[in-house]
Amino acid sequence: MVVLLLLLIPLIGVCFLFLYKGDHKFASAASLKLSFASLLVMCFRLCYWNTPEQLSFTAPWLTSLGSSFSIRMDGLGTILSLLTTAAYFLLFWYMKSRTIERPAAFFAWLLLAQAGMLGVFLAMDSLLFYFFWELALIPMYFLASQWGGARRIPVTFKFFIYTFLGSVFMLIGILYLQSKTADHSFALESIKKIKLTSDQQSWLFWLFFIAFAIKLPVFPFHTWQPDTYEESPTPVTAILSAIMVKMGILGLLRWVLPLFPIASYMWGDVVMSMAVAGIVYASFLAMQQVDIKRLIAYSSIAHIGLMTAGAFALNQLAYQGLLIQLFTHGINILGMWILVDIIERKTGTRSIDSLGGIAQHSPTLTIFFVIIALANIALPLTNAFVGEFLLFIGILATPSTYYWVFAVVGGLGIILSAVYTLRMIRAVFYGQPNATSSMPITLSWHEIGALVLIVGLILFFGIYPQPLLDMTADFSKDLFGQTDITSLFRKS
Amino acid sequence: MNVLFVSAILGVLLMLSSLFIKHRAYIHSLALIGLAVLFAINLAEFNGWLLFEMDLSGMLRFDRYALVMNAIVLASFFFYLLLSGSAMEKVGPHYADYLALLFFICSGLFMVTGFESLLILFLGIEIISIPLYILTGSDKRNLKSNEAALKYFLLGSFSTGLLLLGIAFFYGARGNFIATASVDPTVMSSSLQLAAVLLLLFAMSFKVSVAPFHFWTPDVYDGAPTVFTSFMATIVKGALFAAFVRLFEDTFSPQFSLWQPWVAGFIVLTLLIGNLTAVFQQSVKRMLAYSSIAQAGFMLLAVYAINGDSKEGLLLYAASYSLATIGIFAVLVYLQDHTFEGFNGLAKKQPIVAASLAIFFLSLAGIPLTGGFLAKLFMIKAALAYQPWLAIVSVVMAVVSVSYYFRVIQAMYFRTDAQSSSIEFPKSLSIGLFITALIVVLLGIFPETILGLLYF
Repeated sequence: MVVLLLLLIPLIGVCFLFLYKGDHKFASAASLKLSFASLLVMCFRLCYWNTPEQLSFTAPWLTSLGSSFSIRMDGLGTILSLLTTAAYFLLFWYMKSRTIERPAAFFAWLLLAQAGMLGVFLAMDSLLFYFFWELALIPMYFLASQWGGARRIPVTFKFFIYTFLGSVFMLIGILYLQSKTADHSFALESIKKIKLTSDQQSWLFWLFFIAFAIKLPVFPFHTWQPDTYEESPTPVTAILSAIMVKMGILGLLRWVLPLFPIASYMWGDVVMSMAVAGIVYASFLAMQQVDIKRLIAYSSIAHIGLMTAGAFALNQLAYQGLLIQLFTHGINILGMWILVDIIERKTGTRSIDSLGGIAQHSPTLTIFFVIIALANIALPLTNAFVGEFLLFIGILATPSTYYWVFAVVGGLGIILSAVYTLRMIRAVFYGQPNATSSMPITLSWHEIGALVLIVGLILFFGIYPQPLLDMTADFSKDLFGQTDITSLFRKS
Repeated sequence: MNVLFVSAILGVLLMLSSLFIKHRAYIHSLALIGLAVLFAINLAEFNGWLLFEMDLSGMLRFDRYALVMNAIVLASFFFYLLLSGSAMEKVGPHYADYLALLFFICSGLFMVTGFESLLILFLGIEIISIPLYILTGSDKRNLKSNEAALKYFLLGSFSTGLLLLGIAFFYGARGNFIATASVDPTVMSSSLQLAAVLLLLFAMSFKVSVAPFHFWTPDVYDGAPTVFTSFMATIVKGALFAAFVRLFEDTFSPQFSLWQPWVAGFIVLTLLIGNLTAVFQQSVKRMLAYSSIAQAGFMLLAVYAINGDSKEGLLLYAASYSLATIGIFAVLVYLQDHTFEGFNGLAKKQPIVAASLAIFFLSLAGIPLTGGFLAKLFMIKAALAYQPWLAIVSVVMAVVSVSYYFRVIQAMYFRTDAQSSSIEFPKSLSIGLFITALIVVLLGIFPETILGLLYF
């Protein structure tokens, strides 16, 4: 029942805000309260509500088709729901200091996207999963197209078409799996019982993988991403890159690896090559960028590449690192986007060339930016270090001949990320201030609050990662049990 | 079966009504009440309650499938009249006659959905076609309308000839017209029978505008007055597809290895031609004409895959497609500018109309939580049982269809109008559209309310 509550709270907000239009103050306050309620529910779930009855909910729906409204919160769902509720709370808190046109509709679409994404994270029925997958896409499309920049219409449409194309292939895969189940059901449990040959697994693997690869995005399916991130309003970009890309990782961990373990092993090398190629490619492009938003967009592709490689490393450490990284990457990149938004709003530009020397007049902002940027490079004592470290150990243990290539090239990505991030910090914050950046940037109470919380999370989990390790241990062990086909080849 | 007679009687009544009732609003309400009565009679028939009974064995058979299809026809017709009834006045002075013709078409539709003898199928199709020729040309002063009517009439008569020839061969092979009669295998493989199958396939494909028999469609849909385009692209098409599926499932399923490759080819061709041509249209009305060809390609999957899924899917498809398209055409009638730019900035001026239109287009594109998605889902599921590549072609084409349906959504929501001309919609239209959109969404969430009627 707790899980149903998580879905219902944002939906209440959607109905309320679409019908009862309010001004910015009202809409942002209402959304903030709702997101706080969601976060509170999530905290209670972590501390007290742990029984299986509380964590799952099933209701009959589309029974004649073999589907049901069945949602359950497992380890993966927990960490992603925690990320979603926390990120929404932080973002809405920050949004109180920022005005936007037609605020009621903006916040309503954001809340609808929250419900959709939480549904994706919790759905245990493949058709329901597909429903939520699209439900999360539509609000993002409207948000980016209505509130975005000058080139928004063609750019976001490309995003929509790409994602939709991927998802219809996944739909074919889902329907095929349903036709193979013994009880003609879409439920994950029934699908897991099917015995698939390795050929069938290969076909299904690609049908599902393309959908997730586009969403992530993995090189070479990434072409929609930099444009969309650039043209979307920054709060929407934050949701896209902090939470929505995690839908792709979730898809891999829940709907690809455990269902098609043989194919995941067979095609693991191909996918990992794509992933690490993407890391290097995106890092080099990031170094060339002048627009801060595009720079972070490319750096996001590099991070996602590392996570994808971790998913196909097919061992427990990599899984655990990946789960932790899901949460920490979401929080860090959210902090980055909030800072970019502040800089853009207060100086009127996002171009690295026309900024410089902000540190002289705005030390607070600079401190926040440097800490969050260092977390983005995964420096030790920041939260991202834990996840990336585990990911690298995992990639080194990949059951593949080329494990060292993947590890070395992936490691190169870390060095490159330091290069472009530090270059951006130097160009934007240090040096001589010029006309656009000589005004001191004062931060409002809401902005400082949200940033302090993010920095607090970065340092807390960087120094004491044990809660995250505990939270992810069971699920990664379980996932490894389902995907470990190399044990068949090993001498016992 | 009662609906068949009552609708014909209602048609006559409406034709005469213009003599006694001068006020058009009253005639309109009379037609709406008539439809409500028809719907009630149809519902009663589900429980076996009949006003009068007649022995129609060997001619007509109103089974569950036919009754559900009739209910969908009546419900769509009701919403059609509700939304477009007043727009019909603009076509010409003969308001009551138009309504009468529509009711005659309706009785023809009941014949084709419930036919058992091929003669009844032929009669039904003729009863549908002749009023449609008249309605297409009803805008007498408009040359395009005249041209469309003539074109439709000539090509329609030709395809009727094919249909009749097919039925004659059918009789030659079997010695009767009964679609469900069992025959021994030697007759099944006779050349007469095979010729009959193909001729009927071509004739039916023509009537539902499946490529390569679609050439009349864009011109006729574009030339006909928009209100009547709406009717023939939706309700008529849905019911004809029901007859198409019935004919090939009940009668020709033993020879499916003969006609299935043909149908598969038609599906691919229709999807390609319909979708790819629709992308390049500048006028929304013409885009909808091609989109109706593209949607026919999807519905043809129901003929191809003769199994339970496809029948359920067709019913859902007919309902969601008809309601969505009727809603879009109802708005189109009021717009001066039929290009995509005509929709610019509609969301600001008319939020409810724009939101309903957005739902209709999302449904046509097959986005989840709308009836159109589940309809497509059933079709793809049915096709997947036979040919995976057919399913892949159809979903790729569904993605292509997004590109032209979303142009309207982009115009309404993301672009602003250069000239600030305000469009006046009657209040009743926005309420009607809202209810229709709500039904389209409900079909996507609780389709079992309709499909359940098939079994219980």
